Amino acid sequence: MIRCRDVVERLWAYLDGELDETDHRAIEEHLRLCVRCCGETEFADELRGVLATRSRPEMPTDVKDVLEEFIDGLDPTNPNT
Amino acid sequence: MLGTVDRTSLQELARAELPGLYALARYLTRTRAEAEELVQDTMVRACRSFASLNDVKAGPKWLRVIMTNVWRDRLRRNGRRPEEVLVDPSPEPEHFSLYQTLVDEDPLPWSDTMHVDFLGAFSAEDIQLVLQRVPERYRVPLLLRYMDGFGTGEISELLSLPAGTVYSLLHRGREHFERALWEYANESGLLEQGAGAERPPRKEARSR
Repeated sequence: MIRCRDVVERLWAYLDGELDETDHRAIEEHLRLCVRCCGETEFADELRGVLATRSRPEMPTDVKDVLEEFIDGLDPTNPNT
Repeated sequence: MLGTVDRTSLQELARAELPGLYALARYLTRTRAEAEELVQDTMVRACRSFASLNDVKAGPKWLRVIMTNVWRDRLRRNGRRPEEVLVDPSPEPEHFSLYQTLVDEDPLPWSDTMHVDFLGAFSAEDIQLVLQRVPERYRVPLLLRYMDGFGTGEISELLSLPAGTVYSLLHRGREHFERALWEYANESGLLEQGAGAERPPRKEARSR
């Protein structure tokens, strides 16, 4: 069985579905038997969620106004826009 | 499929994606003004190549690809090579696990769900300040992956880096992010009040 250290290193890639089948299976097998790594996995999933939902800075209203006005002036038929 | 070059379609796409594009631009640049300029340059380039967009569903990622290219061009104009900005020459930092650190340090002894409560103590603004502490070379791939949903292969193409390098940057980026969360929580007094409790302003931690 692979070591906890190896599992933790590949945990995010595992959750992202980016491991090859062999590595993916090895981690699943490890997680069936290791409570600590299961905790790490749940926590890594929470962290991914935090990055997906809380990382976007809000656009200030004045910037939004300027950029929307800019968009209004865009014209794909004019290469000099 | 977009049959014709359609001004309204581009404007609709641009308006819908504006908050996300601004967010990415804010992390790729240092100031609000630079972010605004990057969004505008992205729109101009998108306008010029709009006819090449065949699938409107691909529009959001297409705009982000353009933004990343504009950003890389700007780096080059400023005498910086994107590959150098993004490749880490430093030795492997010491391994850091926030999960294990929380187990060892037990910063919320009253909590039965410590790990969840720890993350729950961070507002969106806190998370954004924490991300600013992550070095640029790690922050960019991390945000392309988890904020904008690009796959590792796509990031590799976007940044012209080998896939192995992107894996390494993402791995290190996650550790930097976890370490920065822990340091920010300690420096800002985030945990002193307990999760969910009203917290005093943390001016020192919020200053850039």
